[in-house]
Amino acid sequence: MFKKILSFLLVVVMCFSCAALVACGGEGGNGGTEDELKGLSESPLPRPTLTTDVTIPDDFKIGFIFLHDENSTYDKNFIVAAESIKELFGLTNEQFICKTQIGEDNACYEAAADLVAQGCDIIFANSFGHEPFMLQAAKDFPDVQFCHATGTQAHTAETPNYHNAFASIYQGRYLAGIAAGMKLNEMIEAGKITPEQAVMGYVGAYTYAEVVSGLTSFYLGAKSVCPSVTMKVQYTGEWYDEALEQEAAQALLSKGCVLISQHADSMGAPGACEVAGVPNVSYNGSTYQACPETFIVSSAINWAPYFQYIIESYVNGEEIAADWCGGIKEGSVVLTEINLDVAAEGTVEAIKTAIEQFKAGTLHVFDVTKDNFITVNGAKLTSYLADVDDFSDYVKETEAIKDGYFAESSDRSAPYFDIIIDGIENLNTKL
Amino acid sequence: MQNNHTPKTQKRTREPLLHITKRGAVSMKTAVLIRVAAILLSLIFCGIITILLTGDNPISIYITIFEGAFGNAHDTQFLRLWATLQDIAILLCISLAVTPAFKMRFWNTGAEGQVLIGCLATAICMFTLGGIVPDPLLILIMLVASVLAGVLWGVLPAFFKAFWGTNETLFTLMMNYVAIQLIEFFLKVADKSGSNTVGPNILKHGWFPALFGQKYLLNILIVAVITALVYIYLKHTKHGYEISVVGESENTARYIGINVKKVIIRTMAISGGLCGIAGLLLVGGTSHSIASNLADGRGFTAIMVSWLAKFNPLMMILTTCLLVVLDRGSTEVSSKFGLNSSFSDILTGIILFFIIGCEFFIQYRVQFNKKNHAEKEVAA
Repeated sequence: MFKKILSFLLVVVMCFSCAALVACGGEGGNGGTEDELKGLSESPLPRPTLTTDVTIPDDFKIGFIFLHDENSTYDKNFIVAAESIKELFGLTNEQFICKTQIGEDNACYEAAADLVAQGCDIIFANSFGHEPFMLQAAKDFPDVQFCHATGTQAHTAETPNYHNAFASIYQGRYLAGIAAGMKLNEMIEAGKITPEQAVMGYVGAYTYAEVVSGLTSFYLGAKSVCPSVTMKVQYTGEWYDEALEQEAAQALLSKGCVLISQHADSMGAPGACEVAGVPNVSYNGSTYQACPETFIVSSAINWAPYFQYIIESYVNGEEIAADWCGGIKEGSVVLTEINLDVAAEGTVEAIKTAIEQFKAGTLHVFDVTKDNFITVNGAKLTSYLADVDDFSDYVKETEAIKDGYFAESSDRSAPYFDIIIDGIENLNTKL
Repeated sequence: MQNNHTPKTQKRTREPLLHITKRGAVSMKTAVLIRVAAILLSLIFCGIITILLTGDNPISIYITIFEGAFGNAHDTQFLRLWATLQDIAILLCISLAVTPAFKMRFWNTGAEGQVLIGCLATAICMFTLGGIVPDPLLILIMLVASVLAGVLWGVLPAFFKAFWGTNETLFTLMMNYVAIQLIEFFLKVADKSGSNTVGPNILKHGWFPALFGQKYLLNILIVAVITALVYIYLKHTKHGYEISVVGESENTARYIGINVKKVIIRTMAISGGLCGIAGLLLVGGTSHSIASNLADGRGFTAIMVSWLAKFNPLMMILTTCLLVVLDRGSTEVSSKFGLNSSFSDILTGIILFFIIGCEFFIQYRVQFNKKNHAEKEVAA
């Protein structure tokens, strides 16, 4: 009898919680009293709706090589984009082949060769470490187009059928940083922290340019609205390790960080924030479902525009660019919905203003002319040589500061901003 | 035995439903039949599992397995066939390498490490000497280095076993981890970008030449020659005979004047050296890259190949073909039907379970106990 009552009660509780979820997800609580949850805003920078006027021939085939499967947020972001492209062009299962769990070793070459064997016209791989093997496959199979995300070698490889791509995600990070900075301002105004205690924490994977560029643009976004902010960075040395990322987040919290963001692929850091009740700015996708009380916003790369671009270029017989970097205009940089229950008032409007400035070209993330913005050892940056041409030589050869700003992703799609600026403190390094 | 004729007491002495008897000598025909039956059964079972999960018809699944291993009409360059042959060659080479030791009842679980250290020696040569010495000379140096490295990894545990009776299973197993860590160290030194592999963009020199435009052909030919040599060595030389005797009984070997210590060390040197060559083929011939998972567990799969073939090098060609074809086929099934890549492991697991399980039915006969079974025995 006891069990029956218990199960009845459970059912009742579940019904109520379902109803509550529906209510929250629905209208965003627009007309409710102030005690109710406000839920999510609309995304200020959503994924654009895809349209095409290109018809794909029946014998066209595209193959994808993914490092993990949809259980990794990084790979899921690619898989979602690939599926949307499949739908856009009405590709059949025969024309659209995915290989998941392909390691960054010779398995990548074998997967690429196998996709060639299946008659693929374009082969795409999504992880940095796939690059040497994709490049080798491109040399061995010159009739097939090889496209690789996050790579660095296409613009110097002299292999016309090999291409790199990235997105100017530093702009998305900057926008997410604005949301973080406004949250800090709210805390300062409410007297919860002093301006000097506005310390953010950042969980990074490795001390690579890709991570440093992202965390710096996030920091600068926050600093653009909250000048006193500083940031501590803890690196895990792994792209996906839930326990390590959780530990890193906890370490940062114990050092007095009042807001956390991350560039690593697991739920470790957002989960730790939800437990501690500390606001979190996410990456690669919304973590609202798991962390409704701390999630503010997430920036992500939308790969669909690139996939559309390579397929349409191939079908129209046009050359695919050796190095392609999508921005806000192309729809490659997107933001999720903003959690109005956590974000400070006015966040949506502030982000929208910055988006307009990016579109107009009046705002630059790495603007070295502004006072008290980007300094190294107290001095402004006037010149910086970056390692843009990747011959595995680690020679920094290209002047990156042009027209008063660090021109990230202009000479090569993959990020190369790797300077640790004042206000950011690396607690450790992982190469 | 009077009880047999009184039904009441017979009910009390219940017999189990079936019983198991050891078979005597099994004819070649029966053994082959049982094995073929096991493979067919495993394929049917895999078909059922796949239908339950995908709802596709079973014939298309078998066609997919076939196409996964041998290619389809699109594959005009026979890329898949060559890739399959190349996989067979590598696994066969490692299986041949472990065979002399296993025949000697030396439980070498270190083939993985012996292959990896061969890979490492090859990669170090390519990395440090590439572009400095001409490629043919470099390949020769790579050969010597990889064989020596493999021999060292094989002889160390053998030496300790021969002189101090250490446990070779644990020793060789530990040597795997040493080899893996050495490779990790090399990766850090050779590629400062922190990736977990050193790729063909860094190991640019010392690649095996492509014969008749086929980059894998040389590997396949080398392994074909090794197969013949190992067969002759084991079947038709004094060394091969000594290995069998030591394997059957060390005391007998000692009694007839075989230097057991010498045989153990010599045989493990051969095993390790062959593993080193497999490493050379993997790095110099196939992948032109190195990572600590390059051997991909084949050092352990080889043990199974060798046992299934009863240490007969010619039979090993068949068992390797079977394993590689099924592995590539089931990978294609999981890819084509949009299943998680673990699904191919499930299929391979099922098939292996049947193949290994059928060895039981070759050794033993299972009989159902019929009611009048005992009577017949009495009458006979």
